Amino acid sequence: MFKYFPHTEADIEQMKQAIGIQSTECMFQAIPSAVRYQKDYHVPSSMSEVELRNHLEEIGRLNQTKTIFSGLGAYDHYEPSVINHIISRQEFLTSYTPYQPEISQGTLTYIFEYQSMITSLTGMDVSNASMYDGPTATAEAMFMAEAITKRKKILVSETVNPNVISVLKTYAKYKGLEIEFINHKQGSVDLDDLKLKLNDTIAGVIVQKPNFFGIIEDYQGFSELVHANNSLWIINADISTLGVLRTPTEDDADIACGECQSLGMPVAFGGPYLGYLAAKKVHVRKMPGRICGQSFDRNHLRSFVLTLQAREQHIRREKANSNICSNQSLLALYATVYLSLMGPSGLKEVNELSYIGAHYLYDQLIATKNFTPVFNQPFLKEFVVHTHLNVKMIQKQLADHGIFGAVHLGDFDERYENVINFCVTEKRTKAEIDQLVKILGGLS
Amino acid sequence: MKNYDRLIFELSVKGRTGYSLPKCEINNYALNDLNSTLLRTEQPDLPEVSELDVIRHYTNISHKNFGVETGFYPLGSCTMKYNPKINEEIAAMKAFNSVHPLQSASEVQGVLKIYYELQAMLADISGLAAYTLNPFAGAHGELTGLMIMKEYHLQRKDFKRTKVIVPDSAHGTNPASASICGFEIIEIKSTQEGTVDLEQLKLALSDEVAGMMLTNPNTLGIFENNIIEISKLVHDAGGLMYYDGANLNALLGKVRPGDMGFDIMHINLHKTFSTPHGGGGPGSGPVGVKEFLVPYLPNPQVKLLDGHYYFNWNQDSIGSVSGFYGNFKVWLRAYVYILTLGKENLKLVGEYSTLNANYVRVNLEDDFYLPIKGFSMHECVFDGLKDQSSGVTTLDVAKRLLDYGFHAPTIYFPLLFHQSIMIEPTETESKQTLDDFIAVMKKVAEEAKNDPQMMKLAPHTTPISRIDEVYAAKKMILTYKDYLKENR
Repeated sequence: MFKYFPHTEADIEQMKQAIGIQSTECMFQAIPSAVRYQKDYHVPSSMSEVELRNHLEEIGRLNQTKTIFSGLGAYDHYEPSVINHIISRQEFLTSYTPYQPEISQGTLTYIFEYQSMITSLTGMDVSNASMYDGPTATAEAMFMAEAITKRKKILVSETVNPNVISVLKTYAKYKGLEIEFINHKQGSVDLDDLKLKLNDTIAGVIVQKPNFFGIIEDYQGFSELVHANNSLWIINADISTLGVLRTPTEDDADIACGECQSLGMPVAFGGPYLGYLAAKKVHVRKMPGRICGQSFDRNHLRSFVLTLQAREQHIRREKANSNICSNQSLLALYATVYLSLMGPSGLKEVNELSYIGAHYLYDQLIATKNFTPVFNQPFLKEFVVHTHLNVKMIQKQLADHGIFGAVHLGDFDERYENVINFCVTEKRTKAEIDQLVKILGGLS
Repeated sequence: MKNYDRLIFELSVKGRTGYSLPKCEINNYALNDLNSTLLRTEQPDLPEVSELDVIRHYTNISHKNFGVETGFYPLGSCTMKYNPKINEEIAAMKAFNSVHPLQSASEVQGVLKIYYELQAMLADISGLAAYTLNPFAGAHGELTGLMIMKEYHLQRKDFKRTKVIVPDSAHGTNPASASICGFEIIEIKSTQEGTVDLEQLKLALSDEVAGMMLTNPNTLGIFENNIIEISKLVHDAGGLMYYDGANLNALLGKVRPGDMGFDIMHINLHKTFSTPHGGGGPGSGPVGVKEFLVPYLPNPQVKLLDGHYYFNWNQDSIGSVSGFYGNFKVWLRAYVYILTLGKENLKLVGEYSTLNANYVRVNLEDDFYLPIKGFSMHECVFDGLKDQSSGVTTLDVAKRLLDYGFHAPTIYFPLLFHQSIMIEPTETESKQTLDDFIAVMKKVAEEAKNDPQMMKLAPHTTPISRIDEVYAAKKMILTYKDYLKENR
C-alpha cells in the first residue's frame, strides 16, 4: 500500500466485480497494444518523507541565498508573517475556480476585495481577478488595444524592462501584431519620438513607470497625443509604488497593468508572482480573465459571483478575448492580505523607507568616485549608475560578501555596457548599505 | 460566525494598522523631495485594520469555501486529487524562496537541478525529448505549444499552414489558444461514439493545416482508439500533433503521448502532478516536444554540461513567454510529488483513477443517462438524469449535491450533450467515498422524481443560496467603490 492510494486488494476485487471485469486490463483495451507502455519510468524509486527532506535540503544547499541589492522586476520586500498562515488554509489552497458560488464565497469575496484594491491603487474603474505575471499582463493589455481599436501595431517605449519586451515580442509575433519602439531621451520615453511614430495604424502605446532604469517617468502631454490619435494609452506600473506615485488614471491611462510581486511576495526564483490588469469601465467587455461581481442570493443576502463570462474561453471558444483559464488566484489573496495589513500608511512607509535607502546608497556610491550618474532623473527604490570598473569583478566581490547586486544592464542590451542596477527596499539596514558602499568604494 | 458576511473594507477604522516596519536610520532624505507632480494626490482606499482583524476576516470567509480537504471534489477535467503536505513544506523552504531570478546560474544550481531533472522526468513519462517549465498554466502551455508549431512551419518556409484542427469535444481553451496564436480553427464533429471522425478529419486535412489539437482520453473520458491512424493522417498531410495534457492522469503507467504520435504537449502540473489549485491558480503548464522541435522551446532553457547547470538562449526559439522561469514553486511541488510516488507508484495512477471512474459509471448508469456506452478512462460523462420528466436539470442536481457535502461535478461540459455531468474521481479517493457519493447521487435522482420543487431551490444548507447572476451582469458592481455608489 502507498499512502496516497486508498485501494486495498479487497476494494479492487469488489470494484472489478461491480464493473464486471476479470482484470483491470479490460478497461484499457482501447489503447492499441503496439503503443502500450510496459516499462518502468526513468524515475527514482519512491522516497520516504525522511529521505525527501534530506534530499531537498541537500539540493537547497546548492542555492546561495544572498542579501539582495537588485530588483529589475523582483523585489525583496518584507513578507508579513500572517499571509502564509492565511494562504495555507486548505479552503483557499485546495479549492479551484469558484464555479459553484454557493460554496466558494471565500474565494469570491477576496477576489472582489482584490479588484477593489487594484482599482484603488491604479485609479482605474475595473480590474480582473489576476494574471500570470507582469509581462503577460502587459501582453494581454496589448491584445486588448488590438481588439478595441482593430489596429495591428503597438508602440512600446524602449525604457520598458526587457523581460516585459521579450514577452510582448513573442505574443505579438504569433498573433500577427507589429511592435515599434519609442526612443528614450535622458532615460525617459521621448515625447517627440512618440509624436513622430503615432499614426492611424497604432492600436496602443505602452510605457513603464518606474522604468527599466528605475526612473519615474513624467507623462505630461502624452495622453492628449495618444488619445487624439484614437490609440490606447497603456501604463505598466509596479503596483507597490502606486502607494505613493501618481496613478495611471491621473496620467489618463486607458489600461494599467504590471507586476504585484512587490507586495511582499518572496523573490522565489521568479514565481509564482502575480500580474494585474485594470482598465476604464468602457473596456470591461474586452478584458481577459475572470471578473467577480456583487449580487444577491434568493434570500437577498449579499453575495459574489463570477460575471461577464460571455467574454471567456469556456463560452466563446475561438471568439474569446483571451485563452486564460487558470490564473494566479492564491497570489491575488496574498496581495489582498498584504494590502489589508499594510493599509495606506504601511504601503507609504514601505515606499518612503525604500526611497530613503536607495537615495542614500546612490549618493554614497557616487561619492566613492567608482560610479557616475547615467541619467539625472527622479527615481524611487532602484537606480542605475555607470562604472569604469569591470562589472564581473564587482559582482564577484559582492557575491563573496554574500551580496547580490550590480545586475549588469549590458547583459540585456549592449548599449548599456557598464551600467549596473541597485535596489534598496525597507528590508535593507543602514549597516548593510554602508557595508556595500565600503566594499564597492574599496575596489579599483 | 456562520453568517459572517463582511468585506475587509467594512472593518476599517481610521488609524488602525496591521504591520510593523524597521525604524528609519538615515537622515536628510524624504519622499517629499520628489516633485509633487510625480506623486499621487490622494491616498489609496485601502482598509485600516489590525492584524487580528485581518486573520479573523480571512479565517471566517475561508469557512465559506469548499476544498479538497473538505470533501470529495469530482470536478471533471480538473483532476482534484489530494495535494500532499510535504510538497507545501518543501516549497516553503528559505533556500527556494530567497533566491532572486537574476542571480547567476552558479549561485542557483539547486533550482536549476530541479528544473533540469523535472523536465527530464516529464519527458520520460510522456515519451518526448525535452520540456520547458516556463508556461504558467495549461492554457499558457497550449499557447506556447502552438507557437512552437507555428515556428516550425515558418522556419521550413511553409507559410500556407494557417489552420488548426480542433474536435468539437475539445476544451474551450484549445480553440481560444489557437486563435490567439493567429490560427484559423477548423472544428470537426465527433462520431456517435464520441471519438474523432476519421472521414471528417480526412476532409479537413490539407496543406494549409499546421496541426491538430487533441485530448486523449477525450473530454468524454473515452480513449481515442484510432489514435495511431489519426496521427498518421495528420503527419502525412504535413501537420503536427498537439496533445492537451489535461487528461494525462488516465494514462500514467499505460501509454505515453509521444508513443501515440504526438509531437507537442502540455501537462497541467496542478492536475496530474498534485499541486494545489489555489482557488483558480497558480498552476503550471510545462510544454514538451519531440527532438526535432527542441530548438523552438521558449527561452531560456536549462541545460547541463560537465555537472554544471546553465541557462541557454536559443536563436531559433519562439522567444520568452514569461518574465522569468514560470511558477517555480509550483513545479518544485510537482518534483517532490514525483519523487514521493517513485516509479512504482506513478504507474498505478492511471490504473486506480480509471478503476474509480468505471466504478462510479456502472453504479450510476441506472439513474443517469449514459450517452456513450463502454469503458471510461479516468472520468465519465452523463447526459443528465435518466428520467427528466420532472424538469429537474443537471444544474439542480449539482446544487443539491452541495447540500450533501460534495462538490459538484463539472456541468454543461462537454458541449456535445445538453445536460452534461462530468465526474472525475481521482486515484486518491477510496471506495468508501465513492460509495457515499453514489448513494447520494441515487438519492438525488429519487428526490428529482418526488420533490422537483425542492430540487429547483437547492442548495438549502450552504452559506448562501442560488445567486442572481443576471443582476451581477447587469449592475456590474465590480469593486467596493461601485458597491458604495449603488448603496448610497
